[in-house]
Amino acid sequence: MRNAFADEITRLGAVDPRVVLLSGDIGNKLFDGFKAHSKERFYNCGVAEANMMGVAAGLALNGLRPVVYTITPFTTTRCLEQIRVDVCYHEAPVIIVGTGAGMSYAELGPTHHSCEDIAILRVLPGMTVLCPCDAVELRLALHAALAHDGPVYMRIGKKGEPIIHKTEPEFRIGQAITVRAGDDVCLISTGNIMPVVLAAADLLEAQGVSTRVESFTTVKPLHRERLQELFSRYRVVGVVEEHSRLGGLGGSIAEWLVSQADGPGRMISFGTDDVFMHEVGTQDYARQRFGLTAENIARTMLERWRPH
Amino acid sequence: MTAIAGRKHVPVPVRDTVVDMLDDLARNVRARIIETSHRTGTPHLGSCLSCVDILVAAYFHTLRIDPAAPRDRDRDRFILSKGHGAPALFQVLAMRGFYPEAMLEHYGEDGGIFAEHPPTPKHLPGIEAATGSLGHGLSMGIGMALSARIQGQSYRVVALLSDGENNEGSVWEAAMFAAAQRLDRLAIIVDFNRWQATGRSEEVMAINPLAKKWRAFGWSEYEVDGHDMRQLLSVLSRIPDGSGRPIAIVAHTIKGRGVSFMEDDNNWHYRIPTAAEVAAAKRELGVAS
Repeated sequence: MRNAFADEITRLGAVDPRVVLLSGDIGNKLFDGFKAHSKERFYNCGVAEANMMGVAAGLALNGLRPVVYTITPFTTTRCLEQIRVDVCYHEAPVIIVGTGAGMSYAELGPTHHSCEDIAILRVLPGMTVLCPCDAVELRLALHAALAHDGPVYMRIGKKGEPIIHKTEPEFRIGQAITVRAGDDVCLISTGNIMPVVLAAADLLEAQGVSTRVESFTTVKPLHRERLQELFSRYRVVGVVEEHSRLGGLGGSIAEWLVSQADGPGRMISFGTDDVFMHEVGTQDYARQRFGLTAENIARTMLERWRPH
Repeated sequence: MTAIAGRKHVPVPVRDTVVDMLDDLARNVRARIIETSHRTGTPHLGSCLSCVDILVAAYFHTLRIDPAAPRDRDRDRFILSKGHGAPALFQVLAMRGFYPEAMLEHYGEDGGIFAEHPPTPKHLPGIEAATGSLGHGLSMGIGMALSARIQGQSYRVVALLSDGENNEGSVWEAAMFAAAQRLDRLAIIVDFNRWQATGRSEEVMAINPLAKKWRAFGWSEYEVDGHDMRQLLSVLSRIPDGSGRPIAIVAHTIKGRGVSFMEDDNNWHYRIPTAAEVAAAKRELGVAS
Protein backbone atom coordinates (compact mmCIF):
# COMPACT_ATOMS: atom_id res chain seq x y z
CA MET A 1 0.00 0.00 0.00
CA ARG A 2 2.91 2.31 0.77
CA ASN A 3 4.20 2.15 -2.79
CA ALA A 4 0.72 2.55 -4.19
CA PHE A 5 0.35 5.68 -2.07
CA ALA A 6 3.64 7.11 -3.35
CA ASP A 7 2.68 6.26 -6.90
CA GLU A 8 -0.78 7.79 -6.66
CA ILE A 9 0.24 10.97 -4.83
CA THR A 10 2.99 11.46 -7.41
CA ARG A 11 0.38 11.25 -10.14
CA LEU A 12 -2.06 13.54 -8.32
CA GLY A 13 0.65 16.07 -7.51
CA ALA A 14 1.54 16.34 -11.18
CA VAL A 15 -1.96 17.41 -12.18
CA ASP A 16 -3.16 19.28 -9.08
CA PRO A 17 -0.99 22.29 -8.16
CA ARG A 18 -2.68 22.49 -4.75
CA VAL A 19 -1.17 19.22 -3.54
CA VAL A 20 1.71 19.72 -1.09
CA LEU A 21 3.43 16.66 0.35
CA LEU A 22 4.88 16.85 3.85
CA SER A 23 6.97 13.99 5.17
CA GLY A 24 8.32 13.46 8.67
CA ASP A 25 11.78 12.39 7.55
CA ILE A 26 10.75 9.05 6.12
CA GLY A 27 10.18 7.63 2.65
CA ASN A 28 13.64 8.56 1.44
CA LYS A 29 13.38 7.34 -2.16
CA LEU A 30 9.61 6.91 -2.09
CA PHE A 31 8.84 10.44 -3.23
CA ASP A 32 11.59 10.98 -5.78
CA GLY A 33 8.97 10.97 -8.51
CA PHE A 34 6.93 13.64 -6.73
CA LYS A 35 10.02 15.76 -6.15
CA ALA A 36 11.02 15.39 -9.79
CA HIS A 37 7.97 17.31 -10.97
CA SER A 38 6.97 19.30 -7.87
CA LYS A 39 10.09 20.01 -5.85
CA GLU A 40 8.58 23.24 -4.51
CA ARG A 41 5.63 21.28 -3.14
CA PHE A 42 7.55 18.63 -1.23
CA TYR A 43 8.78 19.30 2.31
CA ASN A 44 10.74 17.02 4.55
CA CYS A 45 9.63 18.55 7.85
CA GLY A 46 12.14 16.58 9.87
CA VAL A 47 11.43 14.58 13.01
CA ALA A 48 9.11 17.30 14.27
CA GLU A 49 5.57 16.11 13.76
CA ALA A 50 3.81 18.70 15.92
CA ASN A 51 5.24 21.47 13.77
CA MET A 52 4.54 19.51 10.58
CA MET A 53 0.84 19.21 11.42
CA GLY A 54 0.55 22.92 12.26
CA VAL A 55 2.31 23.81 9.02
CA ALA A 56 -0.14 21.59 7.14
CA ALA A 57 -3.07 23.44 8.69
CA GLY A 58 -1.56 26.78 7.71
CA LEU A 59 -1.15 25.58 4.14
CA ALA A 60 -4.69 24.22 4.00
CA LEU A 61 -6.16 27.49 5.28
CA ASN A 62 -4.50 29.30 2.40
CA GLY A 63 -5.74 27.40 -0.61
CA LEU A 64 -3.45 24.37 -0.71
CA ARG A 65 -4.12 20.66 -0.12
CA PRO A 66 -1.40 19.31 2.16
CA VAL A 67 -0.86 15.58 2.57
CA VAL A 68 1.07 14.69 5.72
CA TYR A 69 2.92 11.39 5.69
CA THR A 70 4.81 9.44 8.30
CA ILE A 71 4.57 6.29 10.42
CA THR A 72 1.16 5.99 12.08
CA PRO A 73 1.87 6.76 15.75
CA PHE A 74 3.93 9.80 14.78
CA THR A 75 1.31 11.30 12.48
CA THR A 76 -1.50 10.68 14.96
CA THR A 77 -0.91 10.50 18.70
CA ARG A 78 2.45 12.30 18.63
CA CYS A 79 0.79 15.44 17.32
CA LEU A 80 -2.76 14.84 18.43
CA GLU A 81 -3.34 18.32 19.76
CA GLN A 82 -2.22 19.87 16.48
CA ILE A 83 -4.66 17.58 14.67
CA ARG A 84 -7.45 18.50 17.06
CA VAL A 85 -6.87 22.26 17.18
CA ASP A 86 -5.03 23.31 14.03
CA VAL A 87 -6.68 20.86 11.64
CA CYS A 88 -10.10 19.83 12.98
CA TYR A 89 -11.14 22.95 14.90
CA HIS A 90 -10.21 25.02 11.84
CA GLU A 91 -11.92 22.52 9.49
CA ALA A 92 -8.70 22.58 7.49
CA PRO A 93 -8.65 20.14 4.55
CA VAL A 94 -5.51 18.26 5.56
CA ILE A 95 -5.01 14.63 4.54
CA ILE A 96 -3.17 12.80 7.30
CA VAL A 97 -1.61 9.55 6.13
CA GLY A 98 -0.31 7.01 8.61
CA THR A 99 1.70 4.16 7.21
CA GLY A 100 1.96 0.93 9.18
CA ALA A 101 -1.62 0.16 10.13
CA GLY A 102 -2.15 -1.99 13.21
CA MET A 103 0.67 -4.50 13.56
CA SER A 104 2.32 -3.80 10.20
CA TYR A 105 5.48 -2.94 12.11
CA ALA A 106 5.02 -5.64 14.74
CA GLU A 107 8.74 -6.38 14.92
CA LEU A 108 9.53 -2.73 15.71
CA GLY A 109 7.75 -2.95 19.02
CA PRO A 110 4.84 -1.06 20.59
CA THR A 111 6.36 2.36 19.80
CA HIS A 112 5.55 1.62 16.16
CA HIS A 113 2.33 -0.36 16.65
CA SER A 114 -0.88 1.37 15.82
CA CYS A 115 -3.91 -0.11 17.49
CA GLU A 116 -5.49 2.99 19.00
CA ASP A 117 -5.38 5.46 16.13
CA ILE A 118 -8.87 4.82 14.73
CA ALA A 119 -10.41 5.20 18.17
CA ILE A 120 -8.55 8.39 18.94
CA LEU A 121 -8.96 10.15 15.61
CA ARG A 122 -12.57 9.26 14.96
CA VAL A 123 -13.76 11.16 18.03
CA LEU A 124 -12.41 14.42 16.61
CA PRO A 125 -15.25 16.56 15.22
CA GLY A 126 -15.18 16.84 11.45
CA MET A 127 -12.62 14.10 10.96
CA THR A 128 -13.17 11.49 8.26
CA VAL A 129 -11.43 8.16 8.86
CA LEU A 130 -10.52 5.95 5.90
CA CYS A 131 -8.80 2.56 6.16
CA PRO A 132 -8.27 1.07 2.71
CA CYS A 133 -7.86 -2.70 2.62
CA ASP A 134 -5.62 -2.83 -0.44
CA ALA A 135 -3.88 -0.70 -3.06
CA VAL A 136 -7.06 -0.42 -5.12
CA GLU A 137 -9.09 1.03 -2.25
CA LEU A 138 -6.12 3.22 -1.30
CA ARG A 139 -5.99 4.91 -4.70
CA LEU A 140 -9.74 5.46 -4.71
CA ALA A 141 -9.68 6.73 -1.12
CA LEU A 142 -6.89 9.19 -1.86
CA HIS A 143 -8.82 10.66 -4.78
CA ALA A 144 -11.95 10.92 -2.65
CA ALA A 145 -9.99 12.50 0.20
CA LEU A 146 -8.62 15.19 -2.11
CA ALA A 147 -12.10 15.95 -3.35
CA HIS A 148 -13.38 16.20 0.24
CA ASP A 149 -13.40 19.66 1.83
CA GLY A 150 -12.35 18.71 5.35
CA PRO A 151 -9.82 16.78 7.41
CA VAL A 152 -9.20 13.15 6.47
CA TYR A 153 -7.20 10.51 8.29
CA MET A 154 -6.02 7.71 6.03
CA ARG A 155 -4.61 4.61 7.67
CA ILE A 156 -2.58 2.53 5.26
CA GLY A 157 -0.51 -0.64 5.50
CA LYS A 158 3.12 -1.08 4.54
CA LYS A 159 4.19 -2.84 1.38
CA GLY A 160 3.35 -6.08 -0.32
CA GLU A 161 -0.29 -6.51 0.77
CA PRO A 162 -2.29 -8.64 -1.68
CA ILE A 163 -4.80 -7.02 -3.99
CA ILE A 164 -8.35 -7.74 -2.79
CA HIS A 165 -10.35 -6.02 -5.51
CA LYS A 166 -9.77 -7.60 -8.91
CA THR A 167 -11.88 -4.87 -10.47
CA GLU A 168 -12.32 -1.30 -9.31
CA PRO A 169 -15.31 -1.05 -6.94
CA GLU A 170 -17.51 1.99 -6.77
CA PHE A 171 -16.01 4.12 -4.01
CA ARG A 172 -17.59 6.87 -1.99
CA ILE A 173 -16.65 8.19 1.44
CA GLY A 174 -19.15 6.79 3.91
CA GLN A 175 -20.12 3.89 1.67
CA ALA A 176 -19.23 0.28 2.49
CA ILE A 177 -18.12 -2.12 -0.24
CA THR A 178 -19.45 -5.66 -0.45
CA VAL A 179 -16.43 -7.84 -1.11
CA ARG A 180 -18.20 -11.19 -1.14
CA ALA A 181 -21.86 -12.20 -1.12
CA GLY A 182 -23.15 -14.75 1.38
CA ASP A 183 -26.35 -15.83 3.10
CA ASP A 184 -25.62 -17.25 6.54
CA VAL A 185 -23.19 -15.06 8.45
CA CYS A 186 -21.49 -11.72 7.86
CA LEU A 187 -17.97 -10.46 8.47
CA ILE A 188 -17.41 -6.71 8.51
CA SER A 189 -13.86 -5.47 8.29
CA THR A 190 -11.78 -2.37 7.75
CA GLY A 191 -8.24 -1.93 6.50
CA ASN A 192 -5.28 -4.23 6.13
CA ILE A 193 -6.67 -7.32 7.91
CA MET A 194 -8.98 -8.08 4.96
CA PRO A 195 -6.90 -10.99 3.54
CA VAL A 196 -7.31 -12.78 6.88
CA VAL A 197 -11.03 -12.08 6.86
CA LEU A 198 -11.38 -13.55 3.39
CA ALA A 199 -9.39 -16.62 4.47
CA ALA A 200 -11.77 -17.01 7.41
CA ALA A 201 -14.70 -16.75 5.00
CA ASP A 202 -13.10 -19.53 2.93
CA LEU A 203 -12.88 -21.74 6.03
CA LEU A 204 -16.54 -21.07 6.79
CA GLU A 205 -17.56 -21.81 3.22
CA ALA A 206 -15.67 -25.11 3.48
CA GLN A 207 -17.95 -25.90 6.44
CA GLY A 208 -20.96 -25.06 4.33
CA VAL A 209 -21.57 -21.69 5.95
CA SER A 210 -22.20 -19.03 3.34
CA THR A 211 -20.33 -15.87 4.41
CA ARG A 212 -20.79 -12.31 3.33
CA VAL A 213 -17.79 -9.98 3.61
CA GLU A 214 -18.07 -6.21 3.83
CA SER A 215 -15.25 -3.70 3.56
CA PHE A 216 -15.96 -0.65 5.71
CA THR A 217 -13.17 1.47 4.25
CA THR A 218 -14.81 4.46 5.89
CA VAL A 219 -14.96 4.10 9.66
CA LYS A 220 -16.25 7.63 10.05
CA PRO A 221 -18.85 8.56 8.96
CA LEU A 222 -20.31 5.12 9.49
CA HIS A 223 -22.46 3.60 6.74
CA ARG A 224 -25.54 3.25 8.92
CA GLU A 225 -27.95 2.10 6.22
CA ARG A 226 -25.68 -0.79 5.39
CA LEU A 227 -25.38 -1.72 9.07
CA GLN A 228 -29.15 -1.65 9.36
CA GLU A 229 -29.40 -4.09 6.49
CA LEU A 230 -26.64 -6.37 7.77
CA PHE A 231 -27.85 -6.58 11.35
CA SER A 232 -31.45 -7.22 10.35
CA ARG A 233 -30.49 -9.87 7.84
CA TYR A 234 -27.73 -11.82 9.63
CA ARG A 235 -28.08 -13.45 13.01
CA VAL A 236 -24.29 -13.60 13.44
CA VAL A 237 -22.15 -10.62 12.50
CA GLY A 238 -18.42 -10.43 13.17
CA VAL A 239 -16.33 -7.24 13.06
CA VAL A 240 -12.61 -7.64 12.36
CA GLU A 241 -9.93 -4.97 12.48
CA GLU A 242 -6.20 -4.84 13.17
CA HIS A 243 -6.87 -2.40 15.98
CA SER A 244 -7.91 -2.49 19.60
CA ARG A 245 -11.40 -3.84 20.21
CA LEU A 246 -11.94 -0.63 22.14
CA GLY A 247 -13.15 2.30 20.12
CA GLY A 248 -12.30 1.19 16.59
CA LEU A 249 -14.72 -0.02 13.93
CA GLY A 250 -16.18 -2.58 16.36
CA GLY A 251 -16.62 0.05 19.06
CA SER A 252 -18.11 2.42 16.55
CA ILE A 253 -20.64 -0.15 15.34
CA ALA A 254 -21.47 -1.10 18.93
CA GLU A 255 -22.28 2.53 19.71
CA TRP A 256 -24.60 2.62 16.74
CA LEU A 257 -26.16 -0.75 17.54
CA VAL A 258 -27.18 -0.02 21.12
CA SER A 259 -28.60 3.34 20.12
CA GLN A 260 -31.17 1.72 17.81
CA ALA A 261 -34.66 2.29 19.16
CA ASP A 262 -35.65 -1.35 18.65
CA GLY A 263 -32.20 -2.67 19.44
CA PRO A 264 -31.34 -5.09 22.22
CA GLY A 265 -29.31 -2.64 24.31
CA ARG A 266 -31.99 0.00 24.85
CA MET A 267 -29.29 2.48 25.79
CA ILE A 268 -29.89 6.18 25.46
CA SER A 269 -26.66 8.08 25.25
CA PHE A 270 -26.48 11.58 26.72
CA GLY A 271 -23.36 13.60 26.00
CA THR A 272 -21.88 16.27 23.77
CA ASP A 273 -22.39 16.14 20.01
CA ASP A 274 -19.64 15.38 17.54
CA VAL A 275 -18.87 19.09 17.03
CA PHE A 276 -16.73 21.88 18.38
CA MET A 277 -18.84 24.40 20.23
CA HIS A 278 -17.82 27.57 18.46
CA GLU A 279 -20.01 29.94 20.41
CA VAL A 280 -18.89 30.81 23.90
CA GLY A 281 -20.82 30.73 27.13
CA THR A 282 -20.99 29.37 30.63
CA GLN A 283 -20.81 25.69 31.51
CA ASP A 284 -24.57 25.73 32.11
CA TYR A 285 -25.10 27.20 28.66
CA ALA A 286 -22.88 24.52 27.12
CA ARG A 287 -24.70 21.74 28.97
CA GLN A 288 -28.02 23.06 27.74
CA ARG A 289 -26.70 23.24 24.22
CA PHE A 290 -26.07 19.48 24.32
CA GLY A 291 -29.15 18.46 26.25
CA LEU A 292 -27.17 17.72 29.40
CA THR A 293 -29.85 19.05 31.70
CA ALA A 294 -31.89 17.21 34.29
CA GLU A 295 -35.09 18.19 32.45
CA ASN A 296 -33.94 16.81 29.12
CA ILE A 297 -32.59 13.59 30.61
CA ALA A 298 -35.81 12.96 32.54
CA ARG A 299 -38.05 13.85 29.58
CA THR A 300 -36.15 11.62 27.19
CA MET A 301 -36.21 8.69 29.62
CA LEU A 302 -39.95 9.13 30.18
CA GLU A 303 -40.65 9.23 26.47
CA ARG A 304 -38.87 5.92 26.04
CA TRP A 305 -40.39 4.35 29.15
CA ARG A 306 -44.03 5.24 28.55
CA PRO A 307 -45.62 3.32 25.70
CA HIS A 308 -46.83 5.68 23.00
CA MET B 1 11.71 50.80 32.03
CA THR B 2 14.66 52.05 30.04
CA ALA B 3 14.66 51.68 26.31
CA ILE B 4 16.68 48.74 25.14
CA ALA B 5 18.66 49.31 21.99
CA GLY B 6 18.50 46.29 19.74
CA ARG B 7 21.74 44.59 18.88
CA LYS B 8 21.31 45.27 15.21
CA HIS B 9 18.43 47.63 15.47
CA VAL B 10 18.93 51.07 13.92
CA PRO B 11 15.68 53.00 14.28
CA VAL B 12 14.13 54.45 11.14
CA PRO B 13 12.54 57.90 11.52
CA VAL B 14 8.84 58.00 12.39
CA ARG B 15 6.85 61.22 12.58
CA ASP B 16 5.94 62.43 16.07
CA THR B 17 2.29 62.86 15.14
CA VAL B 18 2.06 59.19 14.15
CA VAL B 19 3.64 58.08 17.39
CA ASP B 20 1.35 60.33 19.42
CA MET B 21 -1.72 59.05 17.63
CA LEU B 22 -0.78 55.41 18.19
CA ASP B 23 0.13 55.99 21.84
CA ASP B 24 -3.25 57.59 22.28
CA LEU B 25 -4.98 54.63 20.67
CA ALA B 26 -3.05 52.26 22.93
CA ARG B 27 -4.23 54.13 26.03
CA ASN B 28 -7.82 53.79 24.88
CA VAL B 29 -7.41 50.10 24.12
CA ARG B 30 -6.01 49.56 27.61
CA ALA B 31 -8.97 51.32 29.20
CA ARG B 32 -11.44 49.25 27.19
CA ILE B 33 -9.72 45.98 28.07
CA ILE B 34 -9.84 46.83 31.78
CA GLU B 35 -13.49 47.87 31.60
CA THR B 36 -14.40 44.69 29.73
CA SER B 37 -12.53 42.51 32.19
CA HIS B 38 -14.49 44.07 35.04
CA ARG B 39 -17.83 43.82 33.25
CA THR B 40 -17.45 40.25 31.99
CA GLY B 41 -15.03 38.66 34.44
CA THR B 42 -12.48 37.97 31.72
CA PRO B 43 -8.98 37.21 33.08
CA HIS B 44 -5.44 37.58 31.67
CA LEU B 45 -5.47 41.34 32.15
CA GLY B 46 -1.71 41.55 32.76
CA SER B 47 -0.94 39.57 29.59
CA CYS B 48 -3.29 41.74 27.53
CA LEU B 49 -1.88 45.03 28.79
CA SER B 50 1.69 43.98 28.03
CA CYS B 51 0.98 43.43 24.32
CA VAL B 52 -1.28 46.41 23.56
CA ASP B 53 1.43 48.60 22.04
CA ILE B 54 2.60 45.74 19.84
CA LEU B 55 -0.94 45.09 18.57
CA VAL B 56 -1.58 48.78 17.91
CA ALA B 57 1.73 49.16 16.06
CA ALA B 58 1.01 46.09 13.94
CA TYR B 59 -2.66 46.73 13.12
CA PHE B 60 -2.54 50.52 12.73
CA HIS B 61 0.81 50.85 11.01
CA THR B 62 2.67 47.75 9.84
CA LEU B 63 0.21 45.22 8.47
CA ARG B 64 -1.06 45.53 4.92
CA ILE B 65 -4.67 44.79 5.65
CA ASP B 66 -8.07 46.06 4.59
CA PRO B 67 -10.84 45.60 7.16
CA ALA B 68 -13.34 45.84 4.31
CA ALA B 69 -11.72 42.81 2.67
CA PRO B 70 -10.62 40.66 5.62
CA ARG B 71 -10.05 37.57 3.44
CA ASP B 72 -8.16 39.38 0.69
CA ARG B 73 -5.70 36.91 -0.81
CA ASP B 74 -2.69 39.16 -0.47
CA ARG B 75 -3.27 40.54 3.02
CA ASP B 76 -0.57 40.26 5.65
CA ARG B 77 -1.39 37.58 8.21
CA PHE B 78 -1.20 38.24 11.95
CA ILE B 79 -1.56 35.35 14.40
CA LEU B 80 -2.09 35.89 18.09
CA SER B 81 -0.25 32.76 19.13
CA LYS B 82 -0.57 33.83 22.77
CA GLY B 83 -4.31 33.31 22.47
CA HIS B 84 -5.04 34.49 26.00
CA GLY B 85 -4.30 38.00 24.74
CA ALA B 86 -7.59 37.85 22.82
CA PRO B 87 -9.36 40.45 25.00
CA ALA B 88 -6.77 42.93 23.71
CA LEU B 89 -7.01 41.71 20.11
CA PHE B 90 -10.83 41.91 20.11
CA GLN B 91 -10.66 45.62 21.01
CA VAL B 92 -7.96 46.38 18.45
CA LEU B 93 -9.78 44.59 15.61
CA ALA B 94 -12.99 46.48 16.39
CA MET B 95 -11.21 49.84 16.51
CA ARG B 96 -9.46 48.99 13.25
CA GLY B 97 -12.86 48.41 11.67
CA PHE B 98 -13.04 44.66 11.16
CA TYR B 99 -16.43 44.63 12.91
CA PRO B 100 -18.58 47.23 14.65
CA GLU B 101 -17.39 48.22 18.10
CA ALA B 102 -20.99 47.76 19.25
CA MET B 103 -20.51 44.00 18.83
CA LEU B 104 -18.26 44.10 21.88
CA GLU B 105 -21.24 45.10 24.01
CA HIS B 106 -22.18 41.42 23.81
CA TYR B 107 -18.80 40.37 25.16
CA GLY B 108 -19.05 37.27 27.32
CA GLU B 109 -22.72 36.61 26.59
CA ASP B 110 -23.94 33.04 26.18
CA GLY B 111 -23.98 32.06 22.53
CA GLY B 112 -21.66 34.91 21.57
CA ILE B 113 -18.21 34.94 20.03
CA PHE B 114 -16.08 37.01 22.43
CA ALA B 115 -14.62 35.40 25.51
CA GLU B 116 -11.09 34.41 26.38
CA HIS B 117 -9.51 33.18 23.14
CA PRO B 118 -9.72 33.98 19.42
CA PRO B 119 -12.33 31.94 17.53
CA THR B 120 -11.62 30.50 14.08
CA PRO B 121 -11.30 32.72 10.99
CA LYS B 122 -14.73 31.49 9.91
CA HIS B 123 -16.29 33.00 13.00
CA LEU B 124 -14.71 36.46 13.26
CA PRO B 125 -13.23 38.75 10.60
CA GLY B 126 -9.61 39.67 11.17
CA ILE B 127 -8.68 36.39 12.85
CA GLU B 128 -6.18 34.16 11.02
CA ALA B 129 -5.95 31.31 13.53
CA ALA B 130 -7.91 30.13 16.53
CA THR B 131 -5.46 29.85 19.39
CA GLY B 132 -5.58 29.31 23.12
CA SER B 133 -3.33 26.31 23.45
CA LEU B 134 0.21 27.67 23.36
CA GLY B 135 2.80 26.64 20.81
CA HIS B 136 0.49 26.32 17.80
CA GLY B 137 0.48 29.72 16.11
CA LEU B 138 4.00 29.77 14.76
CA SER B 139 3.68 26.45 12.92
CA MET B 140 0.42 27.56 11.36
CA GLY B 141 2.14 30.81 10.41
CA ILE B 142 4.91 28.85 8.72
CA GLY B 143 2.27 27.02 6.69
CA MET B 144 0.84 30.39 5.66
CA ALA B 145 4.28 31.73 4.72
CA LEU B 146 5.04 28.59 2.70
CA SER B 147 1.66 28.97 0.98
CA ALA B 148 2.68 32.45 -0.13
CA ARG B 149 5.95 31.16 -1.50
CA ILE B 150 4.34 28.22 -3.32
CA GLN B 151 1.62 30.40 -4.83
CA GLY B 152 3.90 33.31 -5.72
CA GLN B 153 2.41 35.77 -3.23
CA SER B 154 4.30 38.38 -1.25
CA TYR B 155 2.27 38.77 1.92
CA ARG B 156 4.02 38.66 5.27
CA VAL B 157 3.17 36.63 8.35
CA VAL B 158 3.61 37.88 11.90
CA ALA B 159 2.98 35.77 15.01
CA LEU B 160 2.86 37.17 18.53
CA LEU B 161 4.11 34.75 21.19
CA SER B 162 4.34 35.07 24.95
CA ASP B 163 7.57 34.36 26.78
CA GLY B 164 5.90 31.50 28.63
CA GLU B 165 4.91 30.07 25.26
CA ASN B 166 8.60 29.59 24.53
CA ASN B 167 8.38 26.68 27.00
CA GLU B 168 6.63 24.64 24.33
CA GLY B 169 8.80 22.25 22.36
CA SER B 170 6.72 22.79 19.24
CA VAL B 171 7.93 26.41 19.16
CA TRP B 172 11.49 25.20 18.70
CA GLU B 173 10.49 22.60 16.12
CA ALA B 174 8.93 25.49 14.23
CA ALA B 175 11.98 27.70 14.80
CA MET B 176 14.31 25.20 13.14
CA PHE B 177 11.97 24.47 10.25
CA ALA B 178 11.36 28.14 9.42
CA ALA B 179 15.09 28.77 9.45
CA ALA B 180 15.72 25.76 7.19
CA GLN B 181 13.13 27.11 4.76
CA ARG B 182 14.62 30.63 4.99
CA LEU B 183 11.17 32.15 5.41
CA ASP B 184 12.26 35.79 5.44
CA ARG B 185 8.71 37.15 5.20
CA LEU B 186 7.85 35.49 8.51
CA ALA B 187 8.35 37.24 11.84
CA ILE B 188 7.61 36.52 15.46
CA ILE B 189 7.31 39.02 18.25
CA VAL B 190 7.83 37.70 21.76
CA ASP B 191 5.90 39.70 24.34
CA PHE B 192 8.63 39.25 26.94
CA ASN B 193 6.90 40.42 30.11
CA ARG B 194 9.02 38.08 32.26
CA TRP B 195 6.05 36.32 33.82
CA GLN B 196 4.16 33.19 32.98
CA ALA B 197 0.96 32.06 34.66
CA THR B 198 2.46 31.09 37.99
CA GLY B 199 6.03 32.33 38.08
CA ARG B 200 8.94 34.30 36.62
CA SER B 201 9.64 32.90 33.18
CA GLU B 202 13.39 32.88 33.84
CA GLU B 203 12.92 30.80 36.98
CA VAL B 204 10.44 28.32 35.52
CA MET B 205 12.35 27.47 32.34
CA ALA B 206 15.65 29.38 32.10
CA ILE B 207 14.38 31.38 29.15
CA ASN B 208 17.39 33.71 28.95
CA PRO B 209 19.16 34.67 26.83
CA LEU B 210 16.05 34.56 24.66
CA ALA B 211 17.16 36.67 21.69
CA LYS B 212 20.38 34.69 21.49
CA LYS B 213 18.40 31.46 21.49
CA TRP B 214 16.46 32.60 18.45
CA ARG B 215 19.68 33.74 16.81
CA ALA B 216 21.24 30.34 17.47
CA PHE B 217 18.20 28.76 15.83
CA GLY B 218 18.94 30.63 12.61
CA TRP B 219 16.70 33.67 12.96
CA SER B 220 17.53 37.33 12.51
CA GLU B 221 16.97 38.67 16.01
CA TYR B 222 16.09 42.10 17.38
CA GLU B 223 15.44 43.42 20.85
CA VAL B 224 13.22 46.40 21.45
CA ASP B 225 11.29 48.10 24.21
CA GLY B 226 7.83 46.70 23.55
CA HIS B 227 6.17 49.85 24.86
CA ASP B 228 8.19 52.30 22.76
CA MET B 229 6.02 52.91 19.72
CA ARG B 230 8.90 54.41 17.77
CA GLN B 231 11.04 51.32 18.26
CA LEU B 232 8.16 48.99 17.45
CA LEU B 233 7.24 50.75 14.19
CA SER B 234 10.85 50.83 13.20
CA VAL B 235 11.60 47.16 13.80
CA LEU B 236 8.31 46.02 12.27
CA SER B 237 9.21 47.88 9.08
CA ARG B 238 12.03 45.38 8.56
CA ILE B 239 10.06 42.36 7.45
CA PRO B 240 11.93 41.13 5.45
CA ASP B 241 15.22 42.60 6.61
CA GLY B 242 17.46 41.45 3.79
CA SER B 243 19.14 38.72 5.81
CA GLY B 244 17.18 35.95 4.11
CA ARG B 245 16.18 34.68 7.55
CA PRO B 246 12.95 34.72 9.52
CA ILE B 247 12.81 37.53 12.04
CA ALA B 248 12.52 37.21 15.82
CA ILE B 249 11.70 40.38 17.70
CA VAL B 250 12.08 40.09 21.44
CA ALA B 251 9.93 42.90 22.80
CA HIS B 252 10.73 43.68 26.42
CA THR B 253 7.47 44.51 28.12
CA ILE B 254 5.90 44.95 31.51
CA LYS B 255 3.01 42.76 32.50
CA GLY B 256 0.04 44.99 33.38
CA ARG B 257 1.67 47.94 31.60
CA GLY B 258 -0.06 51.31 31.93
CA VAL B 259 -1.61 50.96 35.37
CA SER B 260 0.74 51.44 38.32
CA PHE B 261 -0.97 48.95 40.62
CA MET B 262 -1.04 46.25 37.95
CA GLU B 263 2.47 46.64 36.56
CA ASP B 264 4.74 43.65 37.11
CA ASP B 265 2.26 42.14 39.58
CA ASN B 266 1.43 38.61 38.41
CA ASN B 267 -1.78 38.49 40.45
CA TRP B 268 -3.31 40.26 37.47
CA HIS B 269 -2.87 37.14 35.37
CA TYR B 270 -6.18 36.00 36.85
CA ARG B 271 -7.56 38.87 38.97
CA ILE B 272 -10.60 40.82 37.84
CA PRO B 273 -10.60 44.56 38.65
CA THR B 274 -13.27 46.12 40.85
CA ALA B 275 -15.26 49.17 39.75
CA ALA B 276 -13.02 51.40 41.87
CA GLU B 277 -9.93 49.88 40.30
CA VAL B 278 -11.32 50.46 36.82
CA ALA B 279 -11.90 54.12 37.66
CA ALA B 280 -8.38 54.47 39.12
CA ALA B 281 -6.86 52.76 36.08
CA LYS B 282 -8.68 55.06 33.67
CA ARG B 283 -7.53 58.11 35.61
CA GLU B 284 -3.95 56.94 35.30
CA LEU B 285 -4.37 56.26 31.61
CA GLY B 286 -5.89 59.67 31.10
CA VAL B 287 -9.01 58.20 29.55
CA ALA B 288 -12.31 59.83 30.45
CA SER B 289 -14.95 57.70 32.12
